[in-house]
Amino acid sequence: MSDSVEITILVPTPLRRFTDGQAKVGVKGATVADALDDLNDRFPGIGERLLDDDGQIRRFVNIFVNGQNVRDVDGAQTNLKSGDEVGIIPAMAGGRGL
Amino acid sequence: MNHPAAGSEKTGFPLPDEMRQAIIAHARDEAPRECCGIISGKEGHPVQLYRARNIADGNNFYELDPAQLIQFEFEIMPASGTEIVAIYHSHPVSPAYPSSTDVKLAYWTDAVYVICSLADPDRPEVRGFRIDDGDITEVDLAASS
Repeated sequence: MSDSVEITILVPTPLRRFTDGQAKVGVKGATVADALDDLNDRFPGIGERLLDDDGQIRRFVNIFVNGQNVRDVDGAQTNLKSGDEVGIIPAMAGGRGL
Repeated sequence: MNHPAAGSEKTGFPLPDEMRQAIIAHARDEAPRECCGIISGKEGHPVQLYRARNIADGNNFYELDPAQLIQFEFEIMPASGTEIVAIYHSHPVSPAYPSSTDVKLAYWTDAVYVICSLADPDRPEVRGFRIDDGDITEVDLAASS
């Protein structure tokens, strides 16, 4: 089924070095995790920047589907449908100390 | 890989005085919390400053609201033909130099990290840095454009 779900990934500037400079990439996947797996198949190395060893979204990465943060839905297991836009945004964070 | 040559455009970032003053004003408004925001630009030169929300708890940390950031990166910047060229935040009581947390979380390696210190409340200090893979390089904010 996931092969029939066509998704557009919005790639942020810091990660475009993995995607040959492309800001938008078409992938397939029925969940966020599937879509990111397909993205990593096309551009090896980007996946580990986004998901940890357990397949969860890294603490300082946010992923939005059509403008909604997937942390407020089902995280990496959030379902996708054809035409969805998945935006990846690394945190802008820091400060004097944690 | 595309490493800039020594003496390239990446060595300076001409921050207009009105932006410097806007950052100091934001830092003072937000103290004792840290403030944060971004500067859009073209080809590394600043065009517009945007204040942003700091969603972090406490006074020693900032995290720019990701809901705002996604709008900046994928809507506002592309629509205006600009990109995020700098990220600013304040250090209300510590120096204008990247902390270990700043270095660890510097994911936006193409941007200049501008830090405003209010450690001396009467003499705020604003400095800029590139932070890439743990390396800190100061950039000249007074560089002519």
